[in-house]
Amino acid sequence: MAENREFFNRRLHSLLGVVPIGLFLMQHLVVNHFATYSPEAFNQAAHFMEGLPLRIFLEFAVIYIPLLFHAIYGVYIAFTAKNNVSRYGFFRNWMFLLQRITGIITLIFIVWHVWETRLAYAIYGTEVNFDMMATILSSPFMFWFYVIGVISAIFHFANGLWSFFVTWGITVTPRSQKVLTYATLGVFIIFTYMGMATLIAFAY
Amino acid sequence: MADQKTIKMIIQRQDEPNAQPYEEEFEIPYRKNMNVISALMEIRRNPVNAKGEKTTPVYWDMGCLEEVCGACSMVINGKAQQSCTALIDQLEQPVRLEPMKTFPVMRDLAVDRSRMFDSLKQVKAWVPIDGTYDLGEGPRMAESKRQWAYELSKCMTCGVCLEACPNVNSKSDFIGPAPLSQVRLFNAHPTGAYHKAERMDALLDDGGLQDCGNSQNCVQACPKGIPLTTSIAALNREATVHSFKSFFGSDYHN
Repeated sequence: MAENREFFNRRLHSLLGVVPIGLFLMQHLVVNHFATYSPEAFNQAAHFMEGLPLRIFLEFAVIYIPLLFHAIYGVYIAFTAKNNVSRYGFFRNWMFLLQRITGIITLIFIVWHVWETRLAYAIYGTEVNFDMMATILSSPFMFWFYVIGVISAIFHFANGLWSFFVTWGITVTPRSQKVLTYATLGVFIIFTYMGMATLIAFAY
Repeated sequence: MADQKTIKMIIQRQDEPNAQPYEEEFEIPYRKNMNVISALMEIRRNPVNAKGEKTTPVYWDMGCLEEVCGACSMVINGKAQQSCTALIDQLEQPVRLEPMKTFPVMRDLAVDRSRMFDSLKQVKAWVPIDGTYDLGEGPRMAESKRQWAYELSKCMTCGVCLEACPNVNSKSDFIGPAPLSQVRLFNAHPTGAYHKAERMDALLDDGGLQDCGNSQNCVQACPKGIPLTTSIAALNREATVHSFKSFFGSDYHN
């Protein structure tokens, strides 16, 4: 593997975006969606996740290490592009640009989100529950920051899922790629709906 | 003569490879059925700019004049294409001409496309048939396959796909779509397939296939309608298989 290191890194970057990071994102949005039922339902679901065995190990293996690699290598990829949507305003070129913009926004959002909801807990022992999120999201600025961050993350995942299928050579023909565009659009809409419903449930 | 129809052109000029580019405006007499090259020839015949000042003739590259050689590619009204098939009647005026700045500009509209030919060498885009003895006839190719491969073979290394690709730039080593698709062409050839594994290894070297970011501009921009993104996705599949074979598989595989 010493040869073709860049190929290995790019493929690893593509894989990690879906497994485990994409899977974690979907799980995270589903668990948080319990907030729309009741504060107790959310607290119960969150406590179930907190009680999973080997929690710290799981967090490092499934979230922190893959996310760090994906984020750092992703920033490098984003800044080696020279975007040209003004000259070539095709749909896929816009998706290419948006994938990079939402990646950067998601990174900023996640750094803040992890600090606020995980590191603060680890350092100061702040309790993570429905009330904590309700307090954060009661500020209109934070509410909109979360709206933009969550939509960016879901877009980045859905569109990244599309390019995952191309990068691994699963969808080769233009037709299969087009069908996949609609399928990933569906993924984007469903999870955006869940994310927004959750944020509104916390804030109002 | 005052009401004679003219063509307005704004041309980005550069005197030598390291010189600062500048714009110069031209106004030339209109003739029927002109293409960008005949307009440039008019400037060469009478190198006077729109202000009426004498200037140096605009320099550009050309060869076949029938969109087969790829030499006359330039950016016309923001879009990279061949100047031989760019008809003045179909262009908005003023016609803006720029060199394809993805490549080193040699002078005015002429660029150095050497990097593309180097990439073709890197990925071994040929069928080796030389030997110490007569190798005889190669295996036959199905007619349907030949027709399909002919489409890929239309690539004229013009550089338009590299110019359109956001990932081909001075910050990246990406070799661009054209040489990638050539790997697919030569791997599909019955004799070329003998060297498939070698080509795949070269293809996955730094700056290779993996640097594609799926903006899919190339397939839209290609003047020959080559299915570049289908080639890239097909090679991605091939690369997946190839890398699994080299890591988990046998010590010999093709």
